[in-house]
Amino acid sequence: MNDNALIKVVELKKHYTGGAVKALDGVNCEIQKGEVVVVIGPSGSGKSTFLRSLNLLEIPTGGQILFNGTDITAPKTNINKHRQKMGMVFQHFNLFPNMTVLKNMTCAPVTILKKSKEEAEKKALELLDRVGLKDRADAYPSQLSGGQKQRVAIVRALCMEPEVMLFDEPTSALDPEMVGEVLDVMKNLAEQGMTMIVVTHEMGFAKEVASRVIFMDEGVIAEEGTPDEIFGNPKSERLKSFLGKVLI
Amino acid sequence: MFEWFWNFIDELKFVFGEGRWELIVDGFLNTLKITAGALVVGIVIGILIAAVRSSFDKNKETMKLHGGAGYVILAILNAISKVYLTVIRGTPVVVQLMICYFVVFVSADDGVPVAIFAFGINSGAYVAEIFRAGIMSIDHGQFEAGRSLGFNYFQTMRYIVIPQMFKAVLPTLCNEFIALLKETSVAGYVGVMDLTKSGNIVAGRTFEYFIPLFTVAIIYLVMVMILSSLVGKLERRLRKSER
Repeated sequence: MNDNALIKVVELKKHYTGGAVKALDGVNCEIQKGEVVVVIGPSGSGKSTFLRSLNLLEIPTGGQILFNGTDITAPKTNINKHRQKMGMVFQHFNLFPNMTVLKNMTCAPVTILKKSKEEAEKKALELLDRVGLKDRADAYPSQLSGGQKQRVAIVRALCMEPEVMLFDEPTSALDPEMVGEVLDVMKNLAEQGMTMIVVTHEMGFAKEVASRVIFMDEGVIAEEGTPDEIFGNPKSERLKSFLGKVLI
Repeated sequence: MFEWFWNFIDELKFVFGEGRWELIVDGFLNTLKITAGALVVGIVIGILIAAVRSSFDKNKETMKLHGGAGYVILAILNAISKVYLTVIRGTPVVVQLMICYFVVFVSADDGVPVAIFAFGINSGAYVAEIFRAGIMSIDHGQFEAGRSLGFNYFQTMRYIVIPQMFKAVLPTLCNEFIALLKETSVAGYVGVMDLTKSGNIVAGRTFEYFIPLFTVAIIYLVMVMILSSLVGKLERRLRKSER
């Protein structure tokens, strides 16, 4: 493949308790700019660990992650600078409960990027408008529904103008009727060309939006391909049995 | 009909007459000075110790992996903090106060700064554990969200964790301040004339115990009530975001 991959992962390992537990056991992959990669797999397969390793919320015990050609696992790398370029959305939203929606979105750009308050708020309101929450700018997170919280969490990450967005099961903690509104926002984001890596159980979303699907099992990438290949023509037995168990 | 009342007034005039009320005022002011000073010293020490202890607990796994001088320094600071907590919480405050006055600052002629120092060091140990419990009670996801936005460790603490922690620990902290205020009543042991001591002096001079001691008790009670209501107000204001 080509060398200008945005993210290149080489033999990534994460072992616990001296190698007895292998959450990741040699993951290799490349992600190009503009790709929407959906990671699927049974629970415990290491997909969340993989995603969290990409911005070093989990420190890998072996292997390399190259981001724009620099090895971010090297001790000298400025982790904070790197994380600014990688937005992350969590399963449990993790909004700051003591701040309004607007403050949630502006505190990082103002403090870290040294943007003026006005500039940061203008940008935040613009983004809120895009996800249909402009009128909730002054609300506190506890006053929002789950779907609204997750939409705010997505635009909060976007306020830092990241190059990549990571989604760690963004709809798993939502009531069923709220899943759609969050997926719509993500679909929109994908259409605008954002590079996205999404860990999810929403197979419909994977089929429709993904440019590539990665199936993980037991800490490695067991199979990868376009959604048509993965869902229409699975090769490995493990993927077949996994797809047989999940409702599509 | 109101004879008992006039008798009581006469009694008050006798007990606090000849300038003896000034003793009580001086004692009250000293108690305020010691409490306020110790409060500031205690909070500063508390924040530092809690920061060291919780940073160590949160980061030891990852820092061990990366190794380096940072881990060693933090481990040493953590060990020092633990010794401090053990010694301070394991010995009576009166003994600590007397050691400060009679051993450490032998040449001090004013006992008030020494008392501020001693009570501050003492209170710091308790405040540190209150803060640490508060930091540990904040969901780890908050911390991860801060880091994932690009805040460094200290910024995450400063802007995200500590404001939430403060709200969570406010009632416990208020409790500690009340305890501190009342604990300063042992300052008389090292010759500081605090509120309790002044009441005792007035009682000793007039051979009247009822009025001076009850006066002192009521002043303490009113101070504690004012402090609690202030903290209650602050708590309600901070709680706004939860509604």
